[in-house]
Amino acid sequence: MGKLSDRVATILLWFIGLSILAILFWFLYRILSQGLPHLAPRFVFGMPEEILPGGGVGPQLFNSFYILLLSLAISIPLGIGAGVWLAEYAKKHWFTDLIRLSTEMLASVPSIVFGLFGMLVFVTVLGLGFSIIGGALTLSLLNLPILVRVTEETLRGLPGSYREASAALGATKWQTIKSVLLPTSLLGLITGITLVAGRALGESAILIFTAGVSVSRFAPDFNVFASGETLSVHLWYVLSEGLVPDAREIAEGSAALLVLVILIINLCLALPFRYWYRRSSGR
Amino acid sequence: MTSEKIRVQDLNLYYGDNQALHDIQLSVKKGSITAFIGPSGCGKSTLLRTLNRMNDLIDNVRITGKVYVDEQNIYDNQVDVVQLRKHVGMVFQRPNPFPMSIYDNIAYGPRIHGIKKKRDLDEIVERSLQQAALWNEVKDRLKKSALGLSGGQQQRLCIARMLAVDPDVLLMDEPTSALDPISTLKVEELTQTLKSRYTIIIVTHNMQQAARISDYTVFFLNGHLVEASETNAIFTNPKDKRTEDYITGRFG
Ligand SMILES: Nc1ncnc2c1ncn2[C@@H]1O[C@H](COP(=O)(O)OP(=O)(O)OP(=O)(O)O)[C@@H](O)[C@H]1O
Ligand SMILES: [Mg+2]
Repeated sequence: MGKLSDRVATILLWFIGLSILAILFWFLYRILSQGLPHLAPRFVFGMPEEILPGGGVGPQLFNSFYILLLSLAISIPLGIGAGVWLAEYAKKHWFTDLIRLSTEMLASVPSIVFGLFGMLVFVTVLGLGFSIIGGALTLSLLNLPILVRVTEETLRGLPGSYREASAALGATKWQTIKSVLLPTSLLGLITGITLVAGRALGESAILIFTAGVSVSRFAPDFNVFASGETLSVHLWYVLSEGLVPDAREIAEGSAALLVLVILIINLCLALPFRYWYRRSSGR
Repeated sequence: MTSEKIRVQDLNLYYGDNQALHDIQLSVKKGSITAFIGPSGCGKSTLLRTLNRMNDLIDNVRITGKVYVDEQNIYDNQVDVVQLRKHVGMVFQRPNPFPMSIYDNIAYGPRIHGIKKKRDLDEIVERSLQQAALWNEVKDRLKKSALGLSGGQQQRLCIARMLAVDPDVLLMDEPTSALDPISTLKVEELTQTLKSRYTIIIVTHNMQQAARISDYTVFFLNGHLVEASETNAIFTNPKDKRTEDYITGRFG
């Protein structure tokens, strides 16, 4: 009896695993087979057109990365800092519980709400207008709760024996965190960062309201106060509001480009890092 | 000059409302090996951890009384815990190397205490591993992860890591309980060679081990110190009935 249910469970789990893989590949195949043919250099790096066909997405591609990097630069130190504080310093107390609860709730707020919030605060009240910095700041708010959680969970998952061993050698709390706990949780942190990076690259609702749907007349434009449409926003924009006759092709190309970029980030950063980390820590 | 290294005076320790140590009085001689014995839960580890203030890491611990190390009460307000733990090293029941290379494990302590030069660190790493009788087994794989070592090697690595910060008191909490007989023997031999330079306190459940390696033995029961005297005396001629019961019960 036990044997049979074990077989059934094994087969079922394999089936589920393979289905997920199949869905992923089918999805990649559809997007890439439609979009790849459009990915000429003129499209990937060229300037967009408003009315005529043949526009490119160069500035949008640049803005995607620029906003991503800015938002990570803001949210990584804050998120990891808050996570470290919650895991290592905060005593159990109703106030820290409240902070934890708020973080969890923030993590489940729909991104469009963040978008409206960002528009209200950064665009209007602070007077930044539709801008790259406004978009990056709002995006950071979206990423922050996830980074806090990932950091806290990863640190809590580490065995207490590391903290004891380090303290017994005369290390201060901060030395322990900096030299043992954070390096040891690097894998978890990088996974979390890759996760939010992917989400940030694909985010559109927030950025439509904060970074706007237009780009500078030249690229790359590093001015953080310029408005900065990203690839995903452009994808939405050409399909819903665009006047160009080749909107469909541009959308397909942008989608493929987006998927490629995310794949490349994962393959070139996360995987080699994982491999290197496993080897160096011996796990 | 006194030859007393550690003195515990009127020590009481509470975990929340639960009293784990009652009115402990104890004196430990410089350059000796002292064994703590007693049934599980009697407070051996708890007392050991008061000697380098590891209980500071646990919430809700309350301590009254005094613990002198080198005639300084370590629970005084102005005592620097970092300095204290540099002088009073500890190895734990379970080997707990960091997930780093063997070299970095040993160099960790010296590095946090400000030693930066590679040449100095190299020297400390080699010396500590030699002292812990591990050098020959690992000298060709210093850059490899410490987690790849066997349990016995890991425990000696932890001893080397402790020695690298140059303590003068070594606290060992059942250092051989997770080890096979051969590794146990190695660690026991190690305590004998270290004895000349260090004051060692070792917790053990193994009577033979206590008899083999220690100069003094202290017997605890339910958070009370029942009897403390020379190892020979306690094993051949225990003064307290409870000590005798425990020892003979174990042996018989
Ligand atoms: N962190 C803690 N919080 C609350 N109570 C604790 C804690 N650590 C130990 N105790 C309690 O204190 C008492 C003494 O524990 P301790 O670990 O010192 O015993 P021990 O003699 O080392 O036992 P063993 O031989 O099993 O290691 C036990 O009753 C234990 O339950
Ligand atoms: Mg114990």
